[in-house]
Amino acid sequence: MVHRAQAGHPGGSLSEIDLLTALYRTQLRVRPDEPTWADRDRFVLSKGHASPGMYAILAEMGFISQEDLKSYRVKGGVCQGHVDMKWCPGVDFSAGSLGMGLSFGMGAALAARMDNSERQAYVMLGDGEIQEGSVWEAAMAAAHHELGNLNVILDRNRIQNDDFCENQMRMFDIPAKWRAFGWNVMEIDGHDMASILEGLDFLSKSNTGPSILIAQTVKGKGISFMEDNPGFHGAAPNDEQYALAMKELGVTA
Amino acid sequence: MAATRDGYGQALLDLATNPRVVVLEADLGKSTKSLHFRKAHPERTVSCGIGEQNMLLVAAGMAASGYIPFASTFAIFTERAFEHMRNGVARPNLAVHLCGSHGGTHTGTDGSSAQSIEDLAVYRTLPNVTVLHPADDVSTRLLTMQLADSNSPSYMRTARNKTPVLYDDAPAGTIQIGKGVVLTEGHDVALVACGVMVSQALEACNMLASEGIKATVVDMHTIKPLDGVLVDELVKRCGAIVTAEDHSIIGGLGGAVAEHLSSTSMAPLERIGVKDRFGESAESHEMLEMMELTPTDIAAAAKRAIARKR
Repeated sequence: MVHRAQAGHPGGSLSEIDLLTALYRTQLRVRPDEPTWADRDRFVLSKGHASPGMYAILAEMGFISQEDLKSYRVKGGVCQGHVDMKWCPGVDFSAGSLGMGLSFGMGAALAARMDNSERQAYVMLGDGEIQEGSVWEAAMAAAHHELGNLNVILDRNRIQNDDFCENQMRMFDIPAKWRAFGWNVMEIDGHDMASILEGLDFLSKSNTGPSILIAQTVKGKGISFMEDNPGFHGAAPNDEQYALAMKELGVTA
Repeated sequence: MAATRDGYGQALLDLATNPRVVVLEADLGKSTKSLHFRKAHPERTVSCGIGEQNMLLVAAGMAASGYIPFASTFAIFTERAFEHMRNGVARPNLAVHLCGSHGGTHTGTDGSSAQSIEDLAVYRTLPNVTVLHPADDVSTRLLTMQLADSNSPSYMRTARNKTPVLYDDAPAGTIQIGKGVVLTEGHDVALVACGVMVSQALEACNMLASEGIKATVVDMHTIKPLDGVLVDELVKRCGAIVTAEDHSIIGGLGGAVAEHLSSTSMAPLERIGVKDRFGESAESHEMLEMMELTPTDIAAAAKRAIARKR
């Protein structure tokens, strides 16, 4: 997708992909043939630039077709540059500006509670994203309202647009911050499936208040020259790099 | 006399019969008057603390789950969440209804930090968003009730302080979103006002009448979508227009009417509004004088507009 469009965000898509795969395959109650089913679980990709990762999952799940993936960043395409609920089946939130998704997920969780529904709200945040102040408005409010049906996965890939987070804005003890805001916190390895499943189980069993998984990930996971490389936060591979990436991923077609 | 914010509070209470209506507050429910709803229906009221950005997107999440959220705070503080309104509410066209109370310099002694003079302009630029600024508590109540049936988002400015009640005896159907209300009929000039300036325009109309000048006064409570049909009729009937608002002369009601006229008419237009400056602490009537928003100012503008007719 990103190579074809020659634009987009491969790094954060690759860091989130194992988490999304586990979430969609084992947890989310959704209906690909009825994407607007009112009682579905909600998934909010707050780091909406990492859309290629989500589109790949939506295609695997059958919300969109493999052909639709070619519409990424193309005029009229369901795969807009940032995930958009008005354009793409299976997308619950129109993302693009960081720091907004947690609030939206909180609204979805409140609505579920008012409906006496068991449905869950899941939100994926980027780690650089939590530098946005409104994330902490939402974190405080969600704990105040004791939203046990609000579940966050933080993609801790340690890189943001310009550089490593450590150089841009140190965030110190991230788990302690969330605990201090009143959240249930668990740290996992975001590329180890057993660890991820354990984390998702923790989310589903933590009903006393909002919960967060802090997933240690590698930006650009799986492609040697993208891994841990701030240069591939928002850059497309060239033809040569693309061929190498496909080879490394074992894609032959 | 009554404050438009009281009309908002009453409307929320009336709307409570609809179980999908929810209210969101950012610690100013006592001021915006959503507190009446909170007292009666705490289970459908969401305290967002002093956090306007979060409030807007919580409302969006609830709207996307089938609820009809009414969120309120001071007009000035809604502006902090402008991008949330833009990207999280207007862009996906979620029917979140945002009310900014204490708008305009009429807010008074809290001073310039509290006197939003740009809210109507900024929200007017957002696709899908209806922008309202009613003149009295009765029309505020009726317009708020109508919003609950809308499928798109809105911004409504209400005022802190009391102004004359205009619509106590108005027949049903007088107040409709998108339709200006003709309050007086005259053929020399049209005074098109919104919010607290409607009663000022009516006073200006009386002043002009004593000099033999007959004015049509319009309550243009809907800034967007502007009632362009009515504006065109006013051009035909009067040939000159004065707009009046407790808001910057840039981008508000005057701006909307000017944009409309720029492609439909050569009719002279004079704009009464805050002349690209900030206010200060003073009583409402002192602020209107300081900002040149009095009936005398409107009447003088009317004469200038009439003099410019060809």
